[in-house]
Amino acid sequence: MIRLDGVGQVFDGREGRITALEKIDLHVRAGEFVTLIGRSGCGKSTLLRLIAGLLSPTSGTVRVAGEPVSGPRPDVSFMFQRPALLAWRSVLANVLLPVELDRSTAARDKAAYRDRAHELLELVGLQGFERRLPHELSGGMQQRVSLCRSLIRDPKVMLMDEPFSALDALTRTELSEELQRIKMELSTTIVFVTHSIDEAVVLADRAVVLSPRPGRLRDVVEIDIPRPRSLGQNGHVADVARISSRLHALLADKTPPIAERLVDEVWPR
Amino acid sequence: MTKRSWWTESRTAAVLLPVAGLIAAIGLWWLATIVFAVPKFLVPSPADVVARAAEDPMMLLESTWVSLAETVGGFLLAVVIGVPIALLIVRSAILERLVYPLLLMVNAIPKIAVAPLLAVWMGFGPSPKVVMVVLMCFFPIVISTAQGMKSTPVELVELLRSLNASRTQEFFKLRIWHAMPQIFTGLKVAISLAVIGSVIGEFIAATKGLGYLIYTSGASADTALAFAAILLLSIMSIVLFYGLVLLEHRLLPWAQEKR
Repeated sequence: MIRLDGVGQVFDGREGRITALEKIDLHVRAGEFVTLIGRSGCGKSTLLRLIAGLLSPTSGTVRVAGEPVSGPRPDVSFMFQRPALLAWRSVLANVLLPVELDRSTAARDKAAYRDRAHELLELVGLQGFERRLPHELSGGMQQRVSLCRSLIRDPKVMLMDEPFSALDALTRTELSEELQRIKMELSTTIVFVTHSIDEAVVLADRAVVLSPRPGRLRDVVEIDIPRPRSLGQNGHVADVARISSRLHALLADKTPPIAERLVDEVWPR
Repeated sequence: MTKRSWWTESRTAAVLLPVAGLIAAIGLWWLATIVFAVPKFLVPSPADVVARAAEDPMMLLESTWVSLAETVGGFLLAVVIGVPIALLIVRSAILERLVYPLLLMVNAIPKIAVAPLLAVWMGFGPSPKVVMVVLMCFFPIVISTAQGMKSTPVELVELLRSLNASRTQEFFKLRIWHAMPQIFTGLKVAISLAVIGSVIGEFIAATKGLGYLIYTSGASADTALAFAAILLLSIMSIVLFYGLVLLEHRLLPWAQEKR
C-alpha cells in the first residue's frame, strides 16, 4: 500500500542544511498497522508528512497504492497530535469538514455522509454530542471527534502523528483500545507515529525503529502477539514485555548491552 | 482564597454598582459647582445642562442623528474596504510589501490635518465627515483582521492542506473565522475612533451635528449646551461600543470560552 524507496529529506535550516531523513526503504502492506518509533529529532513526523504529500522528498520516491505521491490524496487521512478542531463548528460539522472541502464530490453525494458521520460518532461513544461546540468537550472527546473526521471518507490509509500523546494516561489507554477495535472492523492501513514503546507494542503489527540525526531506519520489529492486546491484566503480558524490552534496547542509542560492558571492564581489549 | 459576597457575585450588584458610581460622580460635579461658586458660563451644574437641553430637545436629537449617521456610515464603509484589503495583504506577500508601507504612511498623518483639505474638496455636506471617519477607523480594522488571519495555528492550516483545500477555502472556511475575535477587537477600537472622526469633521466645516453644536456653542459661551452635546456624544459612543460587544456575544459564542 505504501512504498518508500531511498527516501531522503534535507531542510535548509538557519545554520546550514539539516538532514532529517536518509535512505529510508519501507514497505507497508495493505491493512497493516505500523508504528514509527524513535527519539525526538529522528524524523518520524517528517516521514509521515512525506507519505501524506504535505512534503515532497529531496531524494527517493514515495508511493501510495502504486502511484507516486504528488500531494494530499482523498483516500489518505491525517490525524494530528492535537485535535485540530475548528472552534466555531459543531462536532458534526467538524466531522464533515473533509467532505465539505472536497470539490470533486457533488452536493447530493455529500448528504449521504451525514449518516456516516452519525454512525462514526456513535462508534466512538459520542452520540448526542453532534450539536456541541468543541470547547464543551473534554480533551479525549475532542480527539475522538478528530478520529471520526479522519475516518469520514473511509480512507485506505490513516496517518497518525502521536494522536494520543497530549492526553492523560487513562484516556490514552481507552483510546488506543478503541483504535484497535476500529482497526479490526475496518481494513484501513495505519501508520502511527509515537514515542511511547507501550503504545507501539500494543497497537502495531510491526514497529519501525528510527535513529536520530540523521533519521535512519534502525530496525523493523515484527509484533506477532494475538489481539486484543493490553498492558493490563489479561494475557500476552509476557509477550508484550519481551518485545518492549527489545524496543528499549534498540532505542537506547548505541549503549552496548550490559553483559558486553562488564566483559570490557574485566578484560580490557 | 477570594471572598465571595453579594457585591461581587450578584447580577443586581453588577448593574447597581456602576449606576451608583455614575450618580456619585454627578453628585460631586454638582457639589463642586456649588461649593466653589463656579460661574455658569465656565462650568454649568448638572441642572443647568438638563435645563438647557430641555429648551431645545429636537435640535439636540436631530444633531445626534446627523452625527450618528456619519459615524456609523463611515464605520461600515471602513469595514467594507478594510476587511478585503486585509485579506489581500495576507494572501499575497508581494501585495503586502507594496501596500503596507503606504498604509503606514497614511496612518501616520495626523487625521485632523487633513480635515480642512477634505472640506475644500468635498464641501460642507456629510461626505467629508464620512471620509474622515473612514480614515480614522480603517487602520485598526485592517491591522486586526490581517493579524487575526495570520495567527491561524499552523496545525489548522496543515489540516486544510492535508484535505486538499484550495487557497480560497483556506481563507473563507478557516482564516477569516479564526480571525473573528481579533476582528471584533479591531472593530471596538475603530468605533470609538469613528465618533472622534465625525466630530473632527464637524468642527472644520459643517452646518449641523453634535460637533458643530459644540463648536458654535463654545463661540457663544453657551457652555451648558456644549456640555449637553458632549454628554450625548459619549452616550452614543458607549451605546455603539456595547452594541458591538453584544453582537460579538451573539455571533461568536465559541470565542468567549478562551478568556
